[in-house]
Amino acid sequence: MEWIRVLLNSFVSLFRGKELDARLDEELGAHVDLAVAENVRHGMTEGDARTAALRAFGGVTQTRERYRVQRGLPWITTAAQDVRFGMRMMAKNPGFTAIAVLTLALGIGGNTAIFSIVNGVLLNPLPFPHAEQLVELNESKPDFPRGSIPYPNFLDWQRENHSFSSIAITRGYVFSLTGRGDAEQVQSEFISTDFFSVLGLHPLIGRTFTAAEEQSGAAPVALISEGLWKRKFDGANNVLGQAITLDGHNYTIVGVIPSGFHLSFANFTERDVYVPIRQWINPYLMRRSAGLAIHGIARLKPGVTLQQASADMDEVTRNLAVAYPDANQGTGASIIPLKEEMVGDVRPFLLVLMGAVGFVLLIACVNVASLLLARSAARGREFAVCAALGASRARVIRQLLTESLLLGILAGDISLVPAVWGTHAALRWLPAVLPRAEEVGLDFRVLAFTMTISLLTSTLFGLAPALRTSQANPQMALKEGGRGSNGPRQRTLGTFVVVEMAIALVLLTGAGLMIRSLVELWNVDPGFNPHNVLTFGMSLPTSMADASPDKIRATFRALDESLASTPGIKAVSPVWGALPMAGDDQRLFWLDGQPKPASDHDMDWAIDYIEQPDYLRVMQIPLKRGRFFSRQDYEHSPLVAVVDDVFANKYFSGQDVIGKRIRMSDSGSVVEIVGLVPHVNQWGLDTDDTQSLRAELYLPCMQMPENFLNVMRTGSGMVVRYEGSLEAVSAALLRTSRQISLEQVIAGYQTMDSVLSDSLASRRFAMILLGTFAALAVMLASIGIYGVMAYLVAQRTQEMGIRMALGAKRSDVLLLIFRHCARLTLLGVAIGVMSAIGLTRLMTSLLFHVSPGDPGILAGVAVLLTLVAMAACILPARRAASIEPMQALRTE
Amino acid sequence: MGGNKADVLQGTLDLMVLKTLESLGPLHGYGIARRIEQVSGETIQLNQGTIYPALLRLEQKGWIKSEWGMSETNRRARFYSLSRTGRKQMERATENWERVASTMARFLAQASSETN
Repeated sequence: MEWIRVLLNSFVSLFRGKELDARLDEELGAHVDLAVAENVRHGMTEGDARTAALRAFGGVTQTRERYRVQRGLPWITTAAQDVRFGMRMMAKNPGFTAIAVLTLALGIGGNTAIFSIVNGVLLNPLPFPHAEQLVELNESKPDFPRGSIPYPNFLDWQRENHSFSSIAITRGYVFSLTGRGDAEQVQSEFISTDFFSVLGLHPLIGRTFTAAEEQSGAAPVALISEGLWKRKFDGANNVLGQAITLDGHNYTIVGVIPSGFHLSFANFTERDVYVPIRQWINPYLMRRSAGLAIHGIARLKPGVTLQQASADMDEVTRNLAVAYPDANQGTGASIIPLKEEMVGDVRPFLLVLMGAVGFVLLIACVNVASLLLARSAARGREFAVCAALGASRARVIRQLLTESLLLGILAGDISLVPAVWGTHAALRWLPAVLPRAEEVGLDFRVLAFTMTISLLTSTLFGLAPALRTSQANPQMALKEGGRGSNGPRQRTLGTFVVVEMAIALVLLTGAGLMIRSLVELWNVDPGFNPHNVLTFGMSLPTSMADASPDKIRATFRALDESLASTPGIKAVSPVWGALPMAGDDQRLFWLDGQPKPASDHDMDWAIDYIEQPDYLRVMQIPLKRGRFFSRQDYEHSPLVAVVDDVFANKYFSGQDVIGKRIRMSDSGSVVEIVGLVPHVNQWGLDTDDTQSLRAELYLPCMQMPENFLNVMRTGSGMVVRYEGSLEAVSAALLRTSRQISLEQVIAGYQTMDSVLSDSLASRRFAMILLGTFAALAVMLASIGIYGVMAYLVAQRTQEMGIRMALGAKRSDVLLLIFRHCARLTLLGVAIGVMSAIGLTRLMTSLLFHVSPGDPGILAGVAVLLTLVAMAACILPARRAASIEPMQALRTE
Repeated sequence: MGGNKADVLQGTLDLMVLKTLESLGPLHGYGIARRIEQVSGETIQLNQGTIYPALLRLEQKGWIKSEWGMSETNRRARFYSLSRTGRKQMERATENWERVASTMARFLAQASSETN
């Protein structure tokens, strides 16, 4: 209890210093007066009495000091003194302070921004209960390690597995929504019953689907998103039980799904409408061999590992292969942790960026350390004076540490600016690249991380110079005027410069490799001309829902013609199969004259492009041989196809492909190859070469079987070549579609240029950031070199003076400084080149057509960095050369 | 500074101050210092200044109180007086001190008789 009272009293005293000082002074005055009075009474003279009184009292100053120590909290008082003094020192050297603080702030801020992103994307669990149990499920097939799950197989998996508490499948779809204001296309998803319970997601109102609603012939029901609910139903509670018209059919709304659950895997993202998958009118849905882009998710039972689940599913799929060898031979189940699927692609480049920004922080620390060290040299005399006046070594170290801590705290605060800005900028530039971008934010842990780094950095790098400084023998230091014993310090500073150069070189090399990769990628010929090509989705009027095949063909012909006559449109084609880099589709066939393969998986596979005659004009794909389709290739004429180089070489190597025949797997009908075109990069600019499925097959829309046409009757993708402005063309297209029917909807405009550019986005993201970090590193390193050289020149002023007095020319002095600078720079560059060769190997997966240790880039970067370093030496060198010998010697 | 030795000395001075205030009533710093010197028969060479940190310490602990008053020579001075807790503390410390002193005296007497 007592100590609390003492502490409280002491604490209060901190704020009453002046008042209490005055009180003590008066008390001490009274004491002496009383003593003098008593001594005079005993017969002393006034003067003697005072002397005796003071002698009996002891030291007045010591008493005052001891009294103060007793009164307050001495450590707080001295800390406050240290802080005040430290601030004065910072204010006195604004240049030093600004550079040190900004350097640290940039390093720490960059680190925080990248760490925020890494934290949000890679480290945080997905926002679902027990997210670690969630996996993505796919069917692995010979050509597709992560292929579509046929619906009947899914039903068997669901029944026979022992590893999952629930599993579900999902497949994207676009419905035409009518009957509520303007007709529109709504992004939808066919899901199986358990989809939302796998995720652990509950509807906002209402319920999810029941198993009965997934049966064939069940009354159509739908779930809608919170967004659609607010937009189309005003968020009214009576939405449950109401009907929503999708593709002309009424679906009863049974629940509302909250928005913002940010799930993306395979092709799934948040949608506006969810419908039981059995409602999908697709003739292939119940086929075990169909590849319909259906992907699955599942939740592992508690305690079941991935390996156990894989073994379990292996057995399930083995049994299915025995039961249905035609369809299931060679298939299996692939199980991937959901988070891995969502973020696996970006992990390498985020880790590379984290490494890079770590290097930037390292440079910043080295920079500040060298600044502190150089300054501590200049302050050697000051500390010698302190020591001579009785300051203990610990006291001096404490003062220096306080100053470093002040730097660290200030830098930590300021670093929040680049941290916040950097995170926002990264997210704004590239939301498409970063999965889970919406979950990224500056959070408390990141803030703590920043502060810890900033304090550790400044303490660590403040301590080294502090220890060194306080070692100095005060007598020696005073005698030498703060100039002596600089050898070890110069060596340390030299090391700092070398380290900075080496790190900057590694970062520059990384940035150079990324830039080179992107240039290489942009120079890849995709096989078509993406400029001025626009793709969009088109829904047909819902009255088409029950149309006959002839009506469907007629509608598409009419649509083609009216779109082609729209101003600004030069060529049009529907896209019913694959579209390069935007959507893929495959078709099975076998070579005519050979026996029909026993199972689908023994068939030959090709990417299929199902087009109208103008497709080659739209994409500007040149015809190599034969002919492309014409209006005469229609439903009643002989079936024809066009193939690409890869197809021709794979199946008809060394022969003339024109006139060869293949048989389609679905209808068994014979198709004659009439033309040859060059290969188009279906799988993107970078990875096309490494894909197993590359053969390309073009088929005319009008010759597709009737069950295929049934799938197209609600709508299709279109691709057009346009001229003039995109806005004008889009508006014209919209007018055209309105003229045909008010219920016809155009949506999802995307230029092929942007499709291509998106495919490079993650690399571009890495390049921009690596480039920024490299620029930052070079800037920091040159500031560091400038600082160190300026310090060395200042230290050697007298030496220069003597040299010049003894006849050295100014050019000699200039050369001397440059030689010193060059020695450090070249050593740094040499070490940097070696490190870069080793470290850039870690970013191999981000590179394209350039090897990690590319000599051209290394050489270019080395030259660039050397020039920058020499430029940083110009000012100090000129200062050295402009020394007036007489003045330099006189200050001795 | 060795902690233990200082504590003993501090405690001694503190007790002397408390005892002085108990027997003489409210008194200023100079008076307390003089009284200690006189009672101890000048055997203690006290730097009078050391009395002030001790007074502050006791006041922080709440054992004594202080207020401004007029000295016998009409000089404004700070007068210290014993508080209730201070009185209790003094009694406890006196008891303690006497027990230690008598124990030490007995111990020293016995030790010297054995060496003889």
